[in-house]
Amino acid sequence: MSPVAKLMGQKAFHPAAVAAVTLLAFFVVPVVFSDFWVRNFTQTAVFAVVAGSAGMLYGRVGLVSLGQVAPYGIGCWICMRLAYATDLPFPLLVLFGGIGAALIGTLIGLPALRVSGLYLALVTLMLAAGVETLLFQFKFPNGGGGFKGVAEDLGSITPLRRPTFAETDAAYFRFVVIFAVILFVIAWWALHNKPGRAWASVMQSEPSALTAGIDITRYKLVAFTLASFMAGCAGGLFAGSVQSSIGVDQFNRQAALFLIAAVMMGGIQSLWGGLLAGIFAKVLLDVLVSYAPGGQFWNDFSLSLFGFGLMMNLIQSTKAMEKKGLLA
Amino acid sequence: MIDVHSLTVRFGGVVSLDDMQASFPDGICGLIGPNGAGKTTFFNVMSGFVTPAAGRIDCQGVDLLAMADFERARWGLRRTFQTEQAIEGMSVYENVLTVQEHTGKGGAAAREAVEKALEFAHLSDVAGAAVRTLPAKERRFIEVARAVVGAPKVVMLDEPAAGLPDEESTELTQIIKGIPDHTGATVILVDHDMTLVQNVCTWTAVLDFGRLLASGPTAEVLRNPDVLAAYLGSDDVDDSFEGQTVEADG
Repeated sequence: MSPVAKLMGQKAFHPAAVAAVTLLAFFVVPVVFSDFWVRNFTQTAVFAVVAGSAGMLYGRVGLVSLGQVAPYGIGCWICMRLAYATDLPFPLLVLFGGIGAALIGTLIGLPALRVSGLYLALVTLMLAAGVETLLFQFKFPNGGGGFKGVAEDLGSITPLRRPTFAETDAAYFRFVVIFAVILFVIAWWALHNKPGRAWASVMQSEPSALTAGIDITRYKLVAFTLASFMAGCAGGLFAGSVQSSIGVDQFNRQAALFLIAAVMMGGIQSLWGGLLAGIFAKVLLDVLVSYAPGGQFWNDFSLSLFGFGLMMNLIQSTKAMEKKGLLA
Repeated sequence: MIDVHSLTVRFGGVVSLDDMQASFPDGICGLIGPNGAGKTTFFNVMSGFVTPAAGRIDCQGVDLLAMADFERARWGLRRTFQTEQAIEGMSVYENVLTVQEHTGKGGAAAREAVEKALEFAHLSDVAGAAVRTLPAKERRFIEVARAVVGAPKVVMLDEPAAGLPDEESTELTQIIKGIPDHTGATVILVDHDMTLVQNVCTWTAVLDFGRLLASGPTAEVLRNPDVLAAYLGSDDVDDSFEGQTVEADG
């Protein structure tokens, strides 16, 4: 095994690897790439957080949620609404987006976590569809008045503000990277402490977890809340990267399926899977759109492409499991 | 002391425990009986996985069935399973720590308790090893360490030596024997291995078709003609067994 593979191995979230990736993102990406690609990498980091949260739920807690786009969209809306309505510092707005999404996620989680497996997947997908409808009705704020903050007159649309210290694309990218790393470190901490051990127990065997004194419902809810918080913060970060004309298409049912396919391709055992999913979803797709024959076709074809990728991934992992004798 | 009063469990038309009455004194008690006698069902009632149709269980003066399932572990109820349940994705230490931190104190006190349990279960040398790399013996011993960590009051062992070769089974027997002195807990051992039961249990209760067939000092119980009939399927001892073949197992 190569040292790099070792460093980034299955469960490892080695500080050195995290530092290397962060430094690379921080100092190399904004210098080497054009503004277009820097914006793309910003969205990669944002997507990595959402994918990381969904992957953590699925791979480390055993909860199949197809609805992570819902807290993502809710966080985005809350952050935008507060950004236009208040003078609060931007990082605080992102946090509020995360907290709002976590609150709503927890409320939704309470009844949803009574079911599991396929049923949980269906329930979360339907809840995501409900949030999609709401977001479609409310629209994303663009500087207008009233509770919704939506201006119908194109002339009065103002782009969303960014942090005063991160107004350029390069600076905003660095801001997002730092925020994303903090969110991943929180997830890493949870996974390697009391909640993570409880999740591993619940995932392997609920009866065994109960006899260990673990309050299963509570720990599932904690996982749901943390994942919603991460996705909500990612929504706020996304708002700042796009700044205007955000549509519901980033958070609809198709986006939900696209997300879970990317998450599965990236891998659900390690938090690194989130970053890989982000790279698949944003970098790879835009490389195809920009350089491959067919151009825009790849965007329309993305869901099928990722479905195919997911299938190959499942075939490969089945083969790998057979090789290791894990499949009888 | 554990007192079981009129415990009845039904699954549809099947009566798994039929008005079970039993007492388990302190120390190590055996719970034996042919397959399907209701031994594991009894453990499942104790754990809270199965809600009985009727009955009461008093554990050291506490009404066990009145507690929520996960709270029973916090009170001091522990068990192992027929198929070992050590958590694959964690180290041996973390496996035991998980039980400790959800049932007792955390922090430095937890570390001390876990180290004590690992030493007791002969696992100190592999404390840092990932469970998925360990053979059956260590996985079985992890179950025991998880059951004794902290301050257990009742430890239920469900065929703890299943699948282990004789030598390892003997080592486990020695460990199990030490549980009451080490923790002060009452131990209930379910097993088909009569040598193990004879070696370890001072008191034994026998279940058959969900009812208590006999209970008392182990040597006496194992000589009891009703018990032999239940295991060997003799029809000249008790008419109720006529025409039925009761399989002896293990």
